[in-house]
Amino acid sequence: MDARAIHKLLANEFGDGVGNFVEQPTEPHIEVDATAIAKVCSYLKENGDLNFEHLSNLTATDYLEENRIRIIYHLHSYKHARWLTLKVAVDRENPHVATLENVYPVANWLEREAYDLVGVNFDGHSDLRRILMPDDWVGHPLRKDFQEPSHYHGISTVRESMLTINRN
Amino acid sequence: MQGFIDSLLATTTTGLSRELAYLGGMIGFGALVVFGFILPMAGITSWLERRVWAKIQSRVGPNRVGPGGFLQWLADGLKNLLKEDVIPEAADPTLFRLAPYIVVAGFVAAFVAIPFAGSLIIADLNIGILYISAVTSLVVVGILMAGWSSNNRWSMLGGIRSASQIISYEIPAGLSVFPVVLLSGTLSMQGIIENQGWAPVDWHMFHSPFTLAAFLMSYIALLAEGNRTPFDLPEAESELVAGFATEYSGMRSLLFFLAEWGNLYVIGAIMATLFMGGWQVPAFTDNVVLLTVAQFGMFFAKTYFWVFVAMWIRATLPRVRVDQLMSLCWKYMVPIAMVNMFGTALVMVVIPEGSRLMSYALCGLMLFGLVRFGRRVNYHLKRSRRYDTVGAIMPV
Amino acid sequence: MSVEIELAGEGGGLATEEMVLNMGPQHPSTHGVLRFIVTADGEVMRRAVPDIGYLHRSIEKIAEKVGWHGFMPYTDRVDYVAAMTANQGWAMCAERLGGIEVPKRGEYCRVIAAELGRACSHLLGFGAMGMDIGAITPFTHALREREMINDLLEELCGARLTFNYLRIGGVAWDLPPGYEEKVLRFLDRFELAVDEMGELLSDNRIWVERLAGVAPVPPAMAMAYGLAGPNLRASGVNYDCRKAHPYSVYNDFEFDVPVGTGEKGELGDCYDRYICRLREIRQSSRIVRQAIEKIPDGPVIAKVPRNFKPRAGDCHVVLESARGEMDWYCASDGTEYPYRVHIKTGSFTAMSIMEALSPGLMIADLVAVIASFDIVAPEVDR
Repeated sequence: MDARAIHKLLANEFGDGVGNFVEQPTEPHIEVDATAIAKVCSYLKENGDLNFEHLSNLTATDYLEENRIRIIYHLHSYKHARWLTLKVAVDRENPHVATLENVYPVANWLEREAYDLVGVNFDGHSDLRRILMPDDWVGHPLRKDFQEPSHYHGISTVRESMLTINRN
Repeated sequence: MQGFIDSLLATTTTGLSRELAYLGGMIGFGALVVFGFILPMAGITSWLERRVWAKIQSRVGPNRVGPGGFLQWLADGLKNLLKEDVIPEAADPTLFRLAPYIVVAGFVAAFVAIPFAGSLIIADLNIGILYISAVTSLVVVGILMAGWSSNNRWSMLGGIRSASQIISYEIPAGLSVFPVVLLSGTLSMQGIIENQGWAPVDWHMFHSPFTLAAFLMSYIALLAEGNRTPFDLPEAESELVAGFATEYSGMRSLLFFLAEWGNLYVIGAIMATLFMGGWQVPAFTDNVVLLTVAQFGMFFAKTYFWVFVAMWIRATLPRVRVDQLMSLCWKYMVPIAMVNMFGTALVMVVIPEGSRLMSYALCGLMLFGLVRFGRRVNYHLKRSRRYDTVGAIMPV
Repeated sequence: MSVEIELAGEGGGLATEEMVLNMGPQHPSTHGVLRFIVTADGEVMRRAVPDIGYLHRSIEKIAEKVGWHGFMPYTDRVDYVAAMTANQGWAMCAERLGGIEVPKRGEYCRVIAAELGRACSHLLGFGAMGMDIGAITPFTHALREREMINDLLEELCGARLTFNYLRIGGVAWDLPPGYEEKVLRFLDRFELAVDEMGELLSDNRIWVERLAGVAPVPPAMAMAYGLAGPNLRASGVNYDCRKAHPYSVYNDFEFDVPVGTGEKGELGDCYDRYICRLREIRQSSRIVRQAIEKIPDGPVIAKVPRNFKPRAGDCHVVLESARGEMDWYCASDGTEYPYRVHIKTGSFTAMSIMEALSPGLMIADLVAVIASFDIVAPEVDR
């Protein structure tokens, strides 16, 4: 069953929750609504013909010009050796999406990472804290409009070039 | 030794000054033994250990200071003496300072009753072996003190592990001594050795199957008491950073290790004394000096054999877990040691004279085991040599 | 400060205070800079909460600033223990987006380098695991062999740890003259040495007791937590990216995928993870042998413009790194800089399972579990 057939199946099952199938040469994917993602994933996991029991990757990308953040889910089925990509587009100013933690436990950390670096809020997540950056960091570094602060706790984040230091 | 000093003093002085001279003589002699023999010996053991490991691990090991790196221990000692002695602010300073000395005192005191040759022993106490097992337990006080006073949870865990381990293994170690005491009828170290002969068949080890088992139990229990692999949990460097010694630096930390290496010698000496005929050599000469030297050599060789085995084990085996350590002690070693004790008594009742046949049979069994083991070692050596020749080392 | 001591605990026994231990960031057995906040009741852990991020070098952010070619040396730092596969992940991303066909010989060079790198990484994992359990000898033996692999890789690309050998479209240099014979000669020795190292530990009674039945991960749990690579296969899931979704030229080789069977204890316990990794070393050497035998002639690198600009779009590349499936997600907006790069690594998911596994284990077991998952801190944090 290829991605297009899966899309048809999902569209029948969830109606409006599932958006278009985007035919792209390197990454064909299915667009899913932010509210439906948990249900869709749990369906994909439980369905005997699909068996997407593995959330291989979860990440978010900030599209500044479109004013959107896309959350990208890569699902994988060990049984059928098959990949599926889902994308959820959310508003950049107030990105909210349902958590997958209850479907795939691994999503716990992956979602924390996406929250930390891109600033996506995963509704219903049990422990949405920063994971890689320090707890008191301001802003989300992988947002395209992120400005690096000049100091962190009095430590300069800018280092003079070694070449110019040596010249003096 | 006492007798020696007595005879020295008998002609010269009397009264209080005699007592003082006696005290001075004892302290002086003690210092001579500690600084002239025990500490260098512990240091040299550290060098030996590193060389033995290096050999086993296909490395080179220390080889810069002195011939074959022989003086490495001296260099290390000097370096550690010159290092800063850091005492953590949160630590209990008095106990923190005191702990290493107690540990060292514990192992040094054991040397009082350890024989070196027929006429060489500091004090042939009539409770020799009991005394040794009592004073070596002092080490646990020091370790617990170090662990608690460091005010560090890793140290504390190490200290507690050490306490529970040493106290538990005292029991099989003590019980394994009983068969020997039953056989020789004395607790004195010299007395135990004199009860044996120079030939392996006359050793306590081969008296009966029970003593042979007691011998193995004893070695395992002593390794555990000396915090040696596979029972080196108190300082398990990958689990507890450095266990009770985590917060120690410089000379204080070295003292702990000195005690550990020194303890190795004590372990070896106890094994040699109790089960392997100690310094007994065939009476090949009437010359007392020559005989003493030969006896000393024999004792030293036997002791260092067990020291070497301990190093070998350390380089080979992984570490057991704390619950496995306890179950090994209480579920296996204590019952077996008990059986050994009663078994030996039974054998002594049934055949009071001892059976030469049994001794020869046990000797033969041991020899057979050693030959089998040797062949296996040989096989592995050959095999590893094969791959060493197959792929010549790459040009770097 | 007043302290209230409650004397009666559960079941009427003496109540004991739980102790919070801070394991790391500097701790001998955390393989880099990891931190666990361990709540322990004596030696038994109530739970161990991993705290990561100490080695976060924002490699994903760097990618957005340095351009397609320029990012290659940074990928070495994602996982500096098995840098070749990280190189390969990035190269594959760029090639898929740019539609570049890698010459056959280039792919073979990649496979040889990557498999040698995998053996290298597993050797370190094996040795460090021995060290963590308290066996010091296997470590030096493993490192002795690893040094020789490092020599070989140094000859190939001039570096011993962070190789920077792969390029978008192929590899930087062809195999040096006489390299094939040298590798084969090394493998003759290496296979014997690996067998011997395995014998040193695999059947050792204490070793088995320490690992068998400790922290078993059932297959369902392994899949749910996204374990990858040898850790996943140890739980009995027969999935190897090189077999299931053959990339590069892995289709050309015959090799087995070692799967855990719970031979000494339970399925998916520490011992299974250990033995799977050890057996994989042999398979890597098998692949290298075949690659050397089959390597075709030809160029090693395709023509790639210096000012490489792939088409806009995104791609998802999965490959089998030493620590398991490495997921690369890369988005391009058609400029000379990647728009977004995300790397999901095996160590990251292995760390996330730690909290679920920890209750009831002993502190010494935690060390064994970290080692058996072969967690490499930089790969967790990137």
